[in-house]
Amino acid sequence: MNALDRKLGFLSSLPLTILLLISFLAPMAVVALFSVMPAKVFSLANAPDFSSYSVFLSQGYYKSLLWSLGMALASTCILLLLCWPLAYGMAKVFGRFTLVITIAVVMSLFVSENIRLFGWVLTLMKGGLIEGHWRAFTGNGFDSPLYGVGIIVFGLVYVYLPFMLFPLAQGIAMVPDDTRQAAYDLGATRWQVLWQIEIPLAAPGIVVGSLLSFVLAAGALAESKILGGQAVIAFADDIETAFTFGQNWPLGSALSIIMIAIIGGLALFGVSKVDLDAIMGRKR
Amino acid sequence: MSEKAFLHLKDIVKKFGNFTALDGVDLGIHKGEFFTIVGPSGSGKSTLIRLLVGMDDVTTGEIHLNGKRIDQTPANLRPTCMVFQSLALFPHMSVGQNIEFPLKLRKESPAARRTRALELLDLLRLPQEYYDKRISQCSGGEKQRVALARALAFNPEILFFDEPLSALDYRLRKTLEKELKDLHARTGKTFVYITHSLEEAMVMSDRIAIMKDGCIEQVAVADEIYGKPVSRFVAEFMGEVNLFPISADAKGTLLSDFLLVKNCLEVNVVPPNAQGLLMVRPEYVRFVNDGESYDFNLSGQIHGEYALGSRIQYEIETTAGIITVEKLREDRLNASNGDAVTVGFNSNCTHFICDAI
Repeated sequence: MNALDRKLGFLSSLPLTILLLISFLAPMAVVALFSVMPAKVFSLANAPDFSSYSVFLSQGYYKSLLWSLGMALASTCILLLLCWPLAYGMAKVFGRFTLVITIAVVMSLFVSENIRLFGWVLTLMKGGLIEGHWRAFTGNGFDSPLYGVGIIVFGLVYVYLPFMLFPLAQGIAMVPDDTRQAAYDLGATRWQVLWQIEIPLAAPGIVVGSLLSFVLAAGALAESKILGGQAVIAFADDIETAFTFGQNWPLGSALSIIMIAIIGGLALFGVSKVDLDAIMGRKR
Repeated sequence: MSEKAFLHLKDIVKKFGNFTALDGVDLGIHKGEFFTIVGPSGSGKSTLIRLLVGMDDVTTGEIHLNGKRIDQTPANLRPTCMVFQSLALFPHMSVGQNIEFPLKLRKESPAARRTRALELLDLLRLPQEYYDKRISQCSGGEKQRVALARALAFNPEILFFDEPLSALDYRLRKTLEKELKDLHARTGKTFVYITHSLEEAMVMSDRIAIMKDGCIEQVAVADEIYGKPVSRFVAEFMGEVNLFPISADAKGTLLSDFLLVKNCLEVNVVPPNAQGLLMVRPEYVRFVNDGESYDFNLSGQIHGEYALGSRIQYEIETTAGIITVEKLREDRLNASNGDAVTVGFNSNCTHFICDAI
């Protein structure tokens, strides 16, 4: 009976599995193939060469990759520090007030990311909401914080906060209260409880939240375009330019493959380290 | 309350908002004692133990341990340790790491920690291979022993237990009760145990405290609590009991007429002018055969017969209400429901409770 169930399950999932494989893997295969074509061709019927990959190194595209990864790392670290207390409160302390926070954070997702970022531009720009009012009242203006690396990281933190907050709250909710109390009772200090009990037991939530926000931030370009005024170029921006303005599909493909390899490897490594079933509620 | 008490609770009050969970608890626990606090759920026993280990603050009152006041000391600095109801083992650590946790906090060397952990595995009769096992690979009873080993590794002056056996099945619980008593004897530590189960308390404890509505009703050795309860609550909490509302005149003569008292009962069963309850446990009530005579006699019909394993329980309907009688299985009565019987008991098997009728 069990064997039959399994067989039926496999068969009934087959059509959708094939559809998903085609729609996900086929574009990836096309991109992978284009990445080994000579520059600026629009056909796969060419002898493969790796010239596009050497362009990545010779024309400085690695710099924008490093910027993207660096800013993603910075925003992920900031998010982790910022969201831990909030997520802790949502999971253990706030009670019904948690729902209010959840709704407030989710509401922000209802408005397009670009529109929200333009909202920040209007708020922070010279003569904008803050500086304009300040100057009107005091007579002294100050420089806008816009158009720099700092404000891009701020944008990443702002946009990807929900992707860190909710998995983290879920992870912290999985830490049983009495293990924390037991550790304290056995002589641990607040810090020792945090490092030796809470963080290891909330690890699935930490890993999932960090991966989500890192992967999304590494592939983000709106923050650097809108808030950063392209003070630094995001790697995703380079990829877009190569496909559109540059009309160089093989280069765009090669850059994409590099990005996919790095992020995919990181994600697989992260996921292999934690028990994802636990956070999905399939255990306990 | 002797001043020599090792753990001394002075007038402990704990309030949660308007609700008074503990209403003036005074208690003295001696060094090396196995002390059990028994009470129904909601009696405040769990609140009390949380105060003692430091997970909650007392509203008013003082706790002294070994002459030092500890109620203002945070839990991680108190020389006490608790075995949780859920055991609260750390699932991300191996058995060995769990046991070594308190030692690691004290920065003991890995070699010393390991030696101590292996000693404790031996003490709790767990094989040394368990050192590297994962917690999830252990059975319920093994987890219990690991939790105990971890608490003992902390080397507390007092070990608290918050109903750690309540989640286990009957047989395992019985085994562990005896092991725990044995462990108490071997370690010589002071154990303070909380349970709602009278049986658990009777098997293991040196002394028992009964709690009700945030107050201690009675503190005594098990036999005394069982045989000489101070109130109806304690009497009924400690198992099956027959209670007769009685009163006496100035000479101590019983005025209740439903008990067919044997003529010229001269024994001082109750104090003069007593108002209260006369208690007799079911195992002291006898079926009266012809020619036998007891101090107190009642006639009625058999109302029900229940097998309790080694014993048989009878319910007898009499003018004084339903009387419970227990017999050993080998003394089973050859009778059926509705049969007329006479039951009796002697005054030396009774206990007078001066309590509200």
